[in-house]
Amino acid sequence: MPALLTVRNLTIRFGGITALNDVSFDVAEGHITGLIGPNGAGKTTCFNCITRLYQPTSGEVLFKGEDLLRCVPQQIAGKRIARTFQNVALFDHMSVLENALVGYHTRFPGGLAAWGAETAATREAMDVLDRLGLAGIANRPAHGLPFGLRKNVELARALMVRPELLLLDEPAAGLSHDEVSALGDTIKRIARDFSTTVLMVEHHMALVMRISDHIVVLASGKTLADGPPDAVRANPAVIEAYLGAV
Amino acid sequence: MHDLAQQIVSGLAQGSIFASLALALVLIYRAMGIINFAQGELAMFTTYIAWQLTQMGLPIWLAFAATVVVAFAGGVALERIVIRPVERANQLTVVIVTLGLFISINGLAGWFWGYIVKAFPTPFPTTPLQLGGVAFSAQDVGVIVVSVITLGLISLFFQKTKLGLAMRAAALYPEQSRVLGIRVGWMLALGWGLASAVGAISGIMIAPVVFLDPNMMQSVLVYAFAAAVLGGIESPVGAVVGGLVLGVVINLLGTYVEAIGNELRLAAALAIIVVVLLVRPAGLFGHVTVQRV
Repeated sequence: MPALLTVRNLTIRFGGITALNDVSFDVAEGHITGLIGPNGAGKTTCFNCITRLYQPTSGEVLFKGEDLLRCVPQQIAGKRIARTFQNVALFDHMSVLENALVGYHTRFPGGLAAWGAETAATREAMDVLDRLGLAGIANRPAHGLPFGLRKNVELARALMVRPELLLLDEPAAGLSHDEVSALGDTIKRIARDFSTTVLMVEHHMALVMRISDHIVVLASGKTLADGPPDAVRANPAVIEAYLGAV
Repeated sequence: MHDLAQQIVSGLAQGSIFASLALALVLIYRAMGIINFAQGELAMFTTYIAWQLTQMGLPIWLAFAATVVVAFAGGVALERIVIRPVERANQLTVVIVTLGLFISINGLAGWFWGYIVKAFPTPFPTTPLQLGGVAFSAQDVGVIVVSVITLGLISLFFQKTKLGLAMRAAALYPEQSRVLGIRVGWMLALGWGLASAVGAISGIMIAPVVFLDPNMMQSVLVYAFAAAVLGGIESPVGAVVGGLVLGVVINLLGTYVEAIGNELRLAAALAIIVVVLLVRPAGLFGHVTVQRV
């Protein structure tokens, strides 16, 4: 499988702290890749570099061969890259449908072609909401929804970008056992249905091992291991450091 | 009874002007979390532009339309040139900048047009309107109609357009919005433009009543603060309802409570600000924000 995303020698320092130190890995097209590691390993920092919220000190982030470090954050969605956030950040004063429509922003045509585009966007948003079991609450305000539903709304918003690369930041955090189980199936289904490649930061090891095609392990800002789930599971350094409890 | 109906309509007319300016304040507050103290002066300055255009022979409605466009462009330019450099500074810095704008714009208006009070042509008929056997001022009814149309258009813009949705998103979570492809900086500038245009409408609507001078909007701004606080400083609907309620209450108090009269109307508005902040700080339509510390 060719690499859709290539992270090369990525380093970022905040003052005296090196959050990422020469991190390199590939994300193969069509795969679900797990990015794991203990708290403070640099996983979310890595996401923030890819989506350009952080400016790395050095290194390369290539998406389909194009250097993302030349982009500003608002160009990322236009490249068909979408992400969710560790702390679910829904637009609470908007309805579920409006939240999804914000994800359509870069795909709205300009000029006269914009005429009637709202209808097409709404139809597509309703389809995405339906696939995630949210169509019935499309007109409810996001404010006050249960946590599991809020996570799904954020996922729907990201899917409205029609991403070729979907970055999920701890999608299982805060979910119940049953919800995590369903989430695994949902991620596999959306990866297939939307033909999207997934890079997922996650602490829930059972979920990561079950659905990932490939796993990258970070520790203290460095790449500790990189390979298929079975190889990572058998890696003594990983077992000792991260998977001891599984 | 006729007198009461007239006073209520007159109060609604004043209230819709407070509502427009309060809405302008709320637009900026939602986008930046600050009160724009220059909002009233911007409205005053653009009203002078409208007056200047009428002096050049433009019909009042054409001057009105042109001024709204100029106000929008001016608001956008002001944000890009003056506010953007301090956008990432703390909120107090931005507030101080708006206070600086307040003084500068007031001084500029005095320098350009002088401090002598000028009459401003009303865009409405001067003969009273007979509705249900009661004579209402056409100015009052006209102001209400224009304000309702303005507020309706603003509401449609935010609810039904891509840009309106993006502006609402950018105001709440700039970082997340950026990643979704929204140009947050420009959304902020558009917010200033929109607020400035709405403010210009309020200025043009009230100028025939309070006359034109560089200090004409200062008391109106206090009423708009009171309206925004009453409705909930983050709520556009609250700003409108707050403005209308305030307009009617202040007008009825001023007319029927002898102790208040004309002189203490502004004091009554300030009292409303204090009482609302003490009793219901989030206002009628606002939400209490809980912050993790």
